[in-house]
Amino acid sequence: MNHAQKRLAFLLLFAPFFLWILLLIVLPHIGVFILSVKEKVGMGVYEYGLGNYIEFFNEPVYWNTLLRTAVMSIFVTIVTLIIGFPIAYYIAKIARQRAKAGLFLLCLIPLWVSDLVRSFGWIVLLRETGIVSSFLQYIGIVSGPVEFLYNDATVVVGLVYTVMLFMIVPLVTTLDGMDDSLIEAGFNLGGSRLTVLRRIIIPYAMPGIISGCIVVFMLTAGSYLTPILLGGKNSQWFTEQIYEQFITRFNWESGAAFGVLLLIFTSITVWIGLRLSGQTLSSTVAKT
Amino acid sequence: MQYDLTVDNITKNFDLFTAVDQVSFDIPSGSFFSILGPSGCGKTTLMRMIAGFETPTSGDIRIKGDSVVALPPNRRNVKMVFQHLALFPMMNVQENIAYGLRCRGAGKDEITRKVGEVLERIGLPDSANKEISQLSGGQKQRIAIARCMVLDPDVLLLDEPLGALDLKLREHMKIELKSLQHEFDTTFVYITHDQSEALVMSDNVAVMKDGRFEQVGSPQDLYHNPQTPFVAGFVGDSNRWSGKVKDVSNGIITATTESGLTLQSKSATGDTVSTGEEINIFVRPEAVQLHLGDEAAQLASAGSGLNHMPVTVESMLFNGANSRILVNTQSGERIEVDLPQRGEHTTLRNGDRIGISWAQSQSLCFRG
Repeated sequence: MNHAQKRLAFLLLFAPFFLWILLLIVLPHIGVFILSVKEKVGMGVYEYGLGNYIEFFNEPVYWNTLLRTAVMSIFVTIVTLIIGFPIAYYIAKIARQRAKAGLFLLCLIPLWVSDLVRSFGWIVLLRETGIVSSFLQYIGIVSGPVEFLYNDATVVVGLVYTVMLFMIVPLVTTLDGMDDSLIEAGFNLGGSRLTVLRRIIIPYAMPGIISGCIVVFMLTAGSYLTPILLGGKNSQWFTEQIYEQFITRFNWESGAAFGVLLLIFTSITVWIGLRLSGQTLSSTVAKT
Repeated sequence: MQYDLTVDNITKNFDLFTAVDQVSFDIPSGSFFSILGPSGCGKTTLMRMIAGFETPTSGDIRIKGDSVVALPPNRRNVKMVFQHLALFPMMNVQENIAYGLRCRGAGKDEITRKVGEVLERIGLPDSANKEISQLSGGQKQRIAIARCMVLDPDVLLLDEPLGALDLKLREHMKIELKSLQHEFDTTFVYITHDQSEALVMSDNVAVMKDGRFEQVGSPQDLYHNPQTPFVAGFVGDSNRWSGKVKDVSNGIITATTESGLTLQSKSATGDTVSTGEEINIFVRPEAVQLHLGDEAAQLASAGSGLNHMPVTVESMLFNGANSRILVNTQSGERIEVDLPQRGEHTTLRNGDRIGISWAQSQSLCFRG
């Protein structure tokens, strides 16, 4: 293959990715950004300015919602990590080769149904007349129907359930690559279980932990259906705020500004997380 | 006699498979002990039991006289150098060596001092702040040993740590390991399938097969006086025949091989062999002498005490100091003979007719 042919092959292979990035990611974001710096000054008359952003900071409801979304997302990420790490460790290090595939499949099953159906599944379980409430009444723990929906705990549970796989996969991949003799050496040199976990297993799995956390945090902060359906009107998720600006109030400019803010805010959070853990994007998410 | 490590009648079963079968041995303080055996002979299982990663089905392990079978691995003062060394990649050299000291609760000053000392002893005083990936194979090896030795273990276990190194470095590390053992004056237990590693470094070697010790002895002992056919075949190279005993007199056994070659040998184990019994005969390539020209003709009258025969050169296997020559006897047996590279055999060509001989005492026979 000569040089020109190689170039052509490269361009052809690269084209779909390039078009996808350009048409579906870059162009819309530029559009959203341009929209966000427009202000409506009269009927059909627009001016460029930062009015939409200023409005966001002047109205506590808006930035409180964003902060709340961020805090809840970080909490979901931590809960997912705490639940996911032992599962991943079991799959990677303790389960026999044949059981691994089955366990992986079990983690994958929630993704086989759509977000919507999954959320309705939770609703069937947790609503006032739902299965859990009925069961508790049946065995006599509570006297009347209990509403489990529309509170923060339910939103967290639903989100953790949805994003668990995205934590487990990178963790299993890193832990799988860890030589068992490292753990044995940790014990052999006098380490207790806790020391081996803290000084050997977790530092080794750090790229996987951070990679999983970034993906989970991004998915959670940007999620819409689960918080709305399980959290109801009280959920106050920031994506709901964006939806309201665009659809209910038909204030596209403000909605666009909120979208840009969400992107900037989550990016900053990820950046801080990377700095605190001493990792880089190339050592975690982009690790091959 | 003080024993650093005593293994008493130890057995390990995995379901129906017996990996280690009633093995017992004692290792005196400060000696270099090797366990030599083919892969799958149970040597790794034995070592993992000593380190505490496997629990013996029965039997006892004592370190400096105290039983350790009930202790978890992190409470035994037995340190291990793993096959792939298992240096912690996320820590640098200093942290790797300090890990064990920190587990023990040593203070900062003590850690710094001890790490410095041990690095000095292994000859890498300036590498404390290097990352593991910056080290060469031989340096990693030494750091792995230092990481264990800084804890003053009663016994150091080494699980084929030279396996991953290239040949030149492996030869070098053999000598270095031996001198490190002298330097630290600690009991080393070395596991390997490579006989040359075991022979060069060890004070004593145990040859293991199918979960049992075939023979324990000094390297010289194993080489010159193997007690079982397996040891004779596994330690060093051997030409091997099976044959039938024709005559026994004064301890010299005369036997005929399947193809009709008559050989005289002595019993390796000292057992008496009677006429008609099946035996295996082992002769080392380095025990056989070559005779060229007139010398070959005179062989017939060389007298007793020698096995001798005319042969034809089949091919030469040049390998520097370890060169060999393959010769065929008249009855069609192929014999491998050492070919010394001192210059006198440079005229040898394939197809040449020469003579070979070896002392009767150099051919060992075992009951078949």
